[in-house]
Amino acid sequence: MSKPTITSAHPLTHGLLVAAATGIVGLLIVVPLASVFAEAFAEGPAAWWRALAHDPDTRHAIWLSLTVAPLAVAINTVFGVATAWLVSRFRFPGRSLLITLCDVPFSVSPVVAGLALVLIFGRQGLLGPTLESLGWKVIFSWPGLVLATTFVTLPLVVRELIPVMEAIGPEEELAAVSLGASGWQVFTRVTLPNIRWALLHGIVLANARAMGEFGAVYVVSGHIAGATDTMPLRVEKLFQEYRTPASMAVASVLAGLALITLVAKVVIERRLEAEARELEAARSLPDTLDTTPLDTGFSTATKGLTS
Amino acid sequence: MSIHIRGVSKSFGTFKALDNVSLDVPQGTLLALLGPSGSGKTTLLRIIAGLEWPDSGRIEEDGEDITDRHARQREVGFVFQHYALFRHMSVFENIAFGLRVRKAPKQEVEAKVNELLHLVRLDGLGARKPAQLSGGQRQRVALARALAIRPKILLLDEPFGALDAKVRVELRQWLRRLHDEIGMTSVFVTHDQEEAFELADEVVVMNHGRIEQRGTPEEVFEHPATPFVMDFLGNVNVFHGRVEKGQAFWHGIPIDYPDYPHSQARPARVYLRPHELDIARAAAEQPGGNAATAAAVTGSLPASVLRIARSGAISRVSCRPDGSDTELHVDLPTDTARDLSLQPGERVTITPRKVRVFLPDPEYVI
Repeated sequence: MSKPTITSAHPLTHGLLVAAATGIVGLLIVVPLASVFAEAFAEGPAAWWRALAHDPDTRHAIWLSLTVAPLAVAINTVFGVATAWLVSRFRFPGRSLLITLCDVPFSVSPVVAGLALVLIFGRQGLLGPTLESLGWKVIFSWPGLVLATTFVTLPLVVRELIPVMEAIGPEEELAAVSLGASGWQVFTRVTLPNIRWALLHGIVLANARAMGEFGAVYVVSGHIAGATDTMPLRVEKLFQEYRTPASMAVASVLAGLALITLVAKVVIERRLEAEARELEAARSLPDTLDTTPLDTGFSTATKGLTS
Repeated sequence: MSIHIRGVSKSFGTFKALDNVSLDVPQGTLLALLGPSGSGKTTLLRIIAGLEWPDSGRIEEDGEDITDRHARQREVGFVFQHYALFRHMSVFENIAFGLRVRKAPKQEVEAKVNELLHLVRLDGLGARKPAQLSGGQRQRVALARALAIRPKILLLDEPFGALDAKVRVELRQWLRRLHDEIGMTSVFVTHDQEEAFELADEVVVMNHGRIEQRGTPEEVFEHPATPFVMDFLGNVNVFHGRVEKGQAFWHGIPIDYPDYPHSQARPARVYLRPHELDIARAAAEQPGGNAATAAAVTGSLPASVLRIARSGAISRVSCRPDGSDTELHVDLPTDTARDLSLQPGERVTITPRKVRVFLPDPEYVI
């Protein structure tokens, strides 16, 4: 499908607009990103590797990020699928409120989110003392990091799934039930394959956000090197300590992850568009293809159906 | 397997979809639920399938109460309006689904699916995805998928609604033959009376969540029980007349109506089907003759021809009866119409062979 283009624009206006857009994207995105890599590899790949692998605190930060982010994404995946299913398959009082509340993390500053968690789980908080007496430490510890990361990435999966599940509708699931499938069979064989690309898209976005989260994590972590520092926190700390090459090395890992995410996103979005087209094709019925004769060899075919 | 529906009601919010509906479907019947949209026919079908729960009432199969049985245990084959084929599965896997979730052995699944593919004339298309099939082919995959679990009842929701006219007629005849072969108790929902009459052993006409009439296609067509059924079956001339002393009067023509023997006149609706009227060129008018008196004597009505429309084997003559503003349609075989060669403006007499009279609903009578 060709998109409409404006042909009446003056060549000069046209050229200026293109230059401005390219200039801004280049200046704000391409140049800074390139300079991160340039900085990180300024002293060669060996120095880059040393900065990452030979500093125990940096090693710990990378490991922590690689633990916390998948945990938060896993929680959000379960929550997102369950909520999207609930919201798209049922009408109940408070439904739109629930959808709106899912969006709160988008509009609340991550620092505020972190502070809120401290107010609840901190030593003087609502639940903190009880949890501490049970031997659970949330704030200044990894559970706090997971909670904060889950909070800020909460809308990403559920927001991705609701429109897709609404568009698909419940008919296939009902058909599966009437054919004898259990709830779990319906989910794994019908629902999940239908939403897989949307789900993957949500997971990729949530993972990118989780890996890069700074504000909320900063508040709940206490910023303890070798204990609660994640990669973004480590970048900031190294930078404050005037260890710019080491800082940039960690930053380049984050930037690399972002680039991988970008590629994954583009690939998945293509699949999503293809699926949307397929859904549309499945709803329209090209009857001209139908050339099968219907009226031959009947009685032989029905044997065995008359049980 | 026979189905017995006993006093089923269902509301969606304030909308009453089913209002105390009772219905028996004997073993081996092909039954049509016919009605306009919102009449509750699809809701009834889904309640039989267990996809919807009734607010009150019971559902029985062969005398066994299955009201609380979950859809997956009902052994009902359901064909959805838009087929609801599993988009990401091949045709083969779609049909195999019911067997796979029952953990049937692999060879059995393969044999069964191939048999069904043959039955629905889709041999060799097992590897296709639903999106690569035509509407009629998808419909048949949906049917094969429903039949794969050896259901005791087959339910079809507007089975031909989304197909074009030619495929629809072909598939309809095919489904009728299939039903005659398998003899499975089947219920289908439709808003198309032609479809219901051609396909079904029995027709149930529904309106506003209630059953208006139940009977064979002939019974329903020849003896509509209520004005709604008459109207819904469509293609009918409706006039206002009156009844008194066992007779109804339509433009002065008396029609026997023994159900109302009272002497107090009441308004009534008179229904005339276009193909149950005779039309003839009027004899030259006698000078000073009184048209109304003549009509009452001969039982025929003077009218003038407005126009003639030919559509295939049937021609429709539109007339205006004298002293009336309402048009009256008469259907004639095109050959007869050609022989008669009526022209607009010509004088004719119309003689009804059959007239139906309905009094307004009693609740409107003060």
